[in-house]
Amino acid sequence: MEALGEKARVQREPFDAAAELIRVKATSRRIGGVVLFVGIVRDFSQGRGVTKILFEHFPGMAETKLGELRDAAIERFGLIDLVVVHRCGELEPGDDIVLIAAAAEHRAAAFEGCAWCIDELKRLVPIWKREQGADGAIWLEEHP
Amino acid sequence: MKITVRYFALLRERVGHESEVLVWDDTEPTVGRLRSHLAARLPALGAILCEGTLLVAVNREYAAAATVLKDGDEVALFPPVTGG
Repeated sequence: MEALGEKARVQREPFDAAAELIRVKATSRRIGGVVLFVGIVRDFSQGRGVTKILFEHFPGMAETKLGELRDAAIERFGLIDLVVVHRCGELEPGDDIVLIAAAAEHRAAAFEGCAWCIDELKRLVPIWKREQGADGAIWLEEHP
Repeated sequence: MKITVRYFALLRERVGHESEVLVWDDTEPTVGRLRSHLAARLPALGAILCEGTLLVAVNREYAAAATVLKDGDEVALFPPVTGG
């Protein structure tokens, strides 16, 4: 299989969700389920149209925090593996933003681990979005 | 001592640059006092620099107001994160 990079990473280019799923599955034959979350740019946010979003991150710290999040989710939910990828740079409606693939022996841990991971990512990983609309650009101040 | 101060997102835009090397000496060199020093130096940014929701990372780890700084530290200031 082609090299997909670190299992916790920030990248400018699009990710391949199917390839990430295949890689997670290949970790162990004990995996009984994988929950895949993909966050996508919407064309409407907080009552206004969105034409693009700029994602800024703190290079170094963002990757470290994603890695710590991955380790913590695996430990806390007894996951077999987890991949988390966040994109940076300018994205348009319909573009993928973030991917989390949580693999476990049984579905409950995979669902819970995946949900916990995206919630914690939104709370702790130093990434910010600036939404561009027809009426200008704004830095979001909260994370719905 | 020398502290590298970095700004991100809205704060970076308001300050007008990404980073600066600050020569700063204080009898109690804590994160909280550094913020007060920066706010006093940049009155137009005083409100945003004192904002309770502002986050601080010292050497890329989240830090509290009481964290003590040492020569060569990197202090990053940024608004609440909004990734995902």
